[in-house]
Amino acid sequence: MISVQTADFSIAEEYQALREQNPKHTGAIATFSGLVRDFGDQSDVTAIYLEHYPGMTERQLQVIIDTAKTRWDIQETRIIHRIGKLELSEQIVFVGVSSAHRTDAFQACQFIMDFLKADAPFWKKELTNDGESWVQAKDSDASKAKSWQP
Amino acid sequence: MQVLYFASLREQLNTDTEEIAAPTPTTTVCALLEQLRGRSELWSDTLNPEQVLVAVNQELVSFDTQISDSDEVAFFPPVTGG
Repeated sequence: MISVQTADFSIAEEYQALREQNPKHTGAIATFSGLVRDFGDQSDVTAIYLEHYPGMTERQLQVIIDTAKTRWDIQETRIIHRIGKLELSEQIVFVGVSSAHRTDAFQACQFIMDFLKADAPFWKKELTNDGESWVQAKDSDASKAKSWQP
Repeated sequence: MQVLYFASLREQLNTDTEEIAAPTPTTTVCALLEQLRGRSELWSDTLNPEQVLVAVNQELVSFDTQISDSDEVAFFPPVTGG
């Protein structure tokens, strides 16, 4: 399941959905959630604004999931990414992965998140009391994704 | 072809989408980019090929990719989601 949405999400509901998908075969569920914090390229960030490329985003996330499925023994995946204006401590992104085994679930979850940051067409703007500015892409994010290359 | 701009490019160029006729039936992203950059100093600076990514029909491609009038071409800065 892939969803790009303005609405908030419930980790409990997403986790429950993963549990119910393969109730007899799932032995592990790994989840990640990303939140809005008060510093980034700038200090004293008061909120962020997220924009995306509708259509391409969903395609790119599906490619990332398909790639993860070729590398690990995983069952279901759920990715939610929010767009629009988000205040401090709000949830931005959720990735959940179910598997028979914990190592596959952990690694696939991190892989999906690393490639989401490097490849999915989202852009983040930081809002502060002094104005607003687009976040600069980080070399460290690109190298985290590259480090997964077999 | 439909040309889209996102994030900082959209704001700097004050344009989110426009329709552009290809000068020849098939051209390249590179030729389109040079055509757009020729509009003004603002367009030339904003669409700096070293700082811009391009997608054709919603797939990331290189600047030497061939394009035609039926394609959707998008320019945007490096991504920063998550």
